[in-house]
Parts: sequence; C-alpha cells; structure tokens
Amino acid sequence: MLREYLPVLLQIIVAIGFAASVLLVSVLAGKTGTRSALKDSPYECGMVPQGAGQPRFSVKFYLVAMLFILFDLEIVFMYPWAVVYKEAVAQSSSIFWSMLSFITILMVGYVYALKKGVLDFKK
Amino acid sequence: MSGDVVDQIFIRAKQWLLSWLAGAPDWIIQITSSLLNIFALLGVFLTLFALISVLERKILGRMQNRYGPNRVGPFGLFQPIADGIKMLIKEDIVPARADKIVHFLAPILIAATAILALGVIPYGRNMTPFAIDGGILFFFAVGSTTELAVFMAGWGSNNKFSMLGAMRAIAQMVSYELPLIITTLPVVMVAGALSPDVIVTAQAGYSFGFVPHWFVTTPWGAAAFVLFFVSGLVESNRTPFDVPEGESEIVAGHMTEYSGFKYATFFMAEYIGMFAISGLAVTLFLGGWHAPVRVLQFIPSYIWFFAKLSALLFVYIWLRGTLPRTRIDHIMNFAWKFMLPMAFTCIFAAAVWHYMGRGLAGWLCSLAVIGIVYIALSILLDTRKRFATRTYRFAE
Repeated sequence: MLREYLPVLLQIIVAIGFAASVLLVSVLAGKTGTRSALKDSPYECGMVPQGAGQPRFSVKFYLVAMLFILFDLEIVFMYPWAVVYKEAVAQSSSIFWSMLSFITILMVGYVYALKKGVLDFKK
Repeated sequence: MSGDVVDQIFIRAKQWLLSWLAGAPDWIIQITSSLLNIFALLGVFLTLFALISVLERKILGRMQNRYGPNRVGPFGLFQPIADGIKMLIKEDIVPARADKIVHFLAPILIAATAILALGVIPYGRNMTPFAIDGGILFFFAVGSTTELAVFMAGWGSNNKFSMLGAMRAIAQMVSYELPLIITTLPVVMVAGALSPDVIVTAQAGYSFGFVPHWFVTTPWGAAAFVLFFVSGLVESNRTPFDVPEGESEIVAGHMTEYSGFKYATFFMAEYIGMFAISGLAVTLFLGGWHAPVRVLQFIPSYIWFFAKLSALLFVYIWLRGTLPRTRIDHIMNFAWKFMLPMAFTCIFAAAVWHYMGRGLAGWLCSLAVIGIVYIALSILLDTRKRFATRTYRFAE
C-alpha cells in the first residue's frame, strides 16, 4: 500500500530539487548589480511607494472564500458517493434520491447567500 | 505484432535499462524505475514547455498578422534557449521590504506542485508515471496548493500590485475550483473509480466502429467537458481570465516583484499547470490514449494522447488570440451563478444516463435534464437591460 506512494515521494523530492537547483544556478550565473535604497523599494511604476505594502481589501473576497470552503467540504462528501454509485444504484435507487435531497438543502443555503448579495461586487 | 512493439517501446526500453540492475534488491529496482519515470516526465514536459512557449508566440503572431519570433535558429525554434539563458543571467532583485523566506519559497512551491500534478496522468497504454488508486483526488489536492503558492508570492512581495493580483487570483481560482472538481464527479460515478487508468479503460470501445465511447460523446460528458475546460482556463490564469496578472492594470499581479529566473519559474509553472489540466481533460473526457476510430488503432497510444493534448493547447492559444480580458465581477458571477449549478446538473444527468441503461433513452433523458437547467438558468440570469432607443446627436 505505502509502496504505491514511494514514486510520489520521489517525485516531490525531484520536483523541489529541480526548482531549487534552477534558482541556485540563476543566483550563481546571474548578474550582481549595485544596490541602492531606491532600487530595493517596492515597485510602484517608478513612483515613491505610498503607505503600507498590503492595502485593505473588500470583505467580498472573504465571503467568497467562506462559500468555497462550504462547497469544498460538500464535495469531499460527494467523492465517496460517486465512487460507490454504480454498485449501489444496481440494488436500489435510494442513493440517487439521498444525494438529490442533500444537494437541494445545500442549494437553499446557496440561494440565500446569493440573495444576500455575496457576489454583488459593485456594492 | 509490430504495432504493439512501437506502442510499448518506452516500456521495453525501461525494462531493458532495469535489466542491468538484475540481482539488485527489490527496493533499488523500484526506486530506479520511479526515477526513470520522473526524469522522462520532466524531460518531455520541459521540452513541450519550450516548444509551446515559442509556438504560442508564433501562432499569436500569425493571428495578429505578423511573424512572431523567427530569428534564433530555424523558424525561431531556438528562441526558448535564448530566453532561458537571458533569464538565467538576469539580476535577481528582492525588495528590501519583502518577506525574504516566503518570497523565495513561492516559486519553488508553485513549480514543484505543477510538476507533481503531471504524475498521475496515463500518457499511453501502461504509461502512468505513478498509478495510485486515488489519482484524481491526488491531482486536485496537489493542484490546490498552487493557490497557496500564489498567495505566498503576493504576501511575501509586500507590494500593492502583488497583493491585489494574489487576491484576485485566489478569488477566481477557488471559485472555479468548484466546477472543476464537480465536473469530474460524473466521470468518477460512471467509471466507479478514482484511478485515471480505470477511467481511461472505461472509455474503450466503439459504437458502429467509428463512434468512440469517450465520455464527451454523451450529453453530460460534453457539458462537463466544456465546464471543465473553462475552469481549467481560469485555474491556469489564461486569457480571457488573466485578471490576476492584467498587465494594463496591476503590472504583473503576484509576479510583480520577481525578476530573473524566479519570474521564469512562475511562467513555467503556469504552462505546466496548463499541460496538467489539459492532460486531465483528455483523460477524463476525450478517452485518454484511445484512438478516435477503430481503424486508427495501429498508431501508438502515446501519439494519440499528445495529439489530443496539443489540440487542447492550441485552443488555449487560440482563445488568447481572440478574446479580451473579462472583468473580475463577471468572472465571479459566471462561476457561482452559472458554472456551479450546471456542474451539479451534470452529476444528475450522468446519474440518469447510467440509470436508464446507458442507451439511446438515457442519452436523450440526460440531454433533456441538461437542456432544461440550461434554459432555466439563462432565463433567470438574463440581466440585460432592455435597450433604450438610441438617440443620435450631430454637430450642426
């Protein structure tokens, strides 16, 4: 069982090693120019940087992220359902109706979120 | 059978290489075998990346009625080598205010995860680098890490443009990840497994000798394929969904503060992510390495896989040459209000299709399910203003 995942581990090592070694080569081969306070400042199209580096963000981004987590968790439930669907539906169709009702309940919440204007980016 | 030899030539070559190790302990052979797979994979896809990067510029050039790169080497094909050398010898600038560690780790993480996701795709008969049972799940688990890397890049740079780009990228990537994952569910249902190999095997065979049993030939499969493709487009931040790095607004998004080869690493990860998503689309919906008609089965399986992959990549480039950039709120609305309900509909259409015995009746019923939901959604979401009568004003 674990042997199956040995190639995955190896690939992780090779992938990270590849990316790191390429960056190392670029550090070694790259030009080193003079440094100055102005050159090391954050790029703002040539203007002197204004204020903090991270500006405040619309709360909509967080609402989208929360909706995502909600649906993502639900998909985690749906994967095992999808894998056994073919075998289970041969015995009874209740597996189909149970998932339909599950998604219906979820859709009620989804419509509520939409009506509350979660995706209304203009406001 | 000569066709079989060509089909399995890489497997034979690997076995021949491994036969040098005969008598070595089992685990050494296994590790060598995996390493051979991994380096072959890296070699093939880095070459493909170099090739696609120059071909994209050439195709875009042709679309805009100009030549594109044609100076370095024959037909400009050595352009990526010149670009690579240029990137390598550029100065690597890290801004003083940046979070040095996060800023350094982000390109490594994004490149590593992009390469990792390639491993579960079957490239040909018996040609899956690592055949694990939960291959599809593994692909998405690894693919989601890209968002983390993008956020690390945005946060670590401590730059307004980077942060704006990263926030936009994450908002659209998480939104489109839902349709992307949900549209694979019908395929998983019908194949009854999470393993890409089983899914490809489930698409073998032909009706009447020329209609392949690919999932894209069913109504739910066609709908899911289109949704999957659009989501893949967003996941790889390609035009028309490239707001995270919209050059005309926020410089280069999360890559603003990266220079030299770190920038190239982001670029490479984007392309390799694109290959991985397209490869998965081929595996899930376009029959993987199966030939489109029975009489063409003599052509090796990996050639079919890469032919389908190239066709999808051409569509990516074609879209980039055709469509303008979409506004962020339109992108989000499209994901949540249209793609998500349609993706759920695909699941039920597939369930109906399977329940009705996978025949013509099931085909028509699933088409009806998708059609009804599609029409209902398009009526519900129709926000077009009724056009006012146009008034003309002329200079007297």
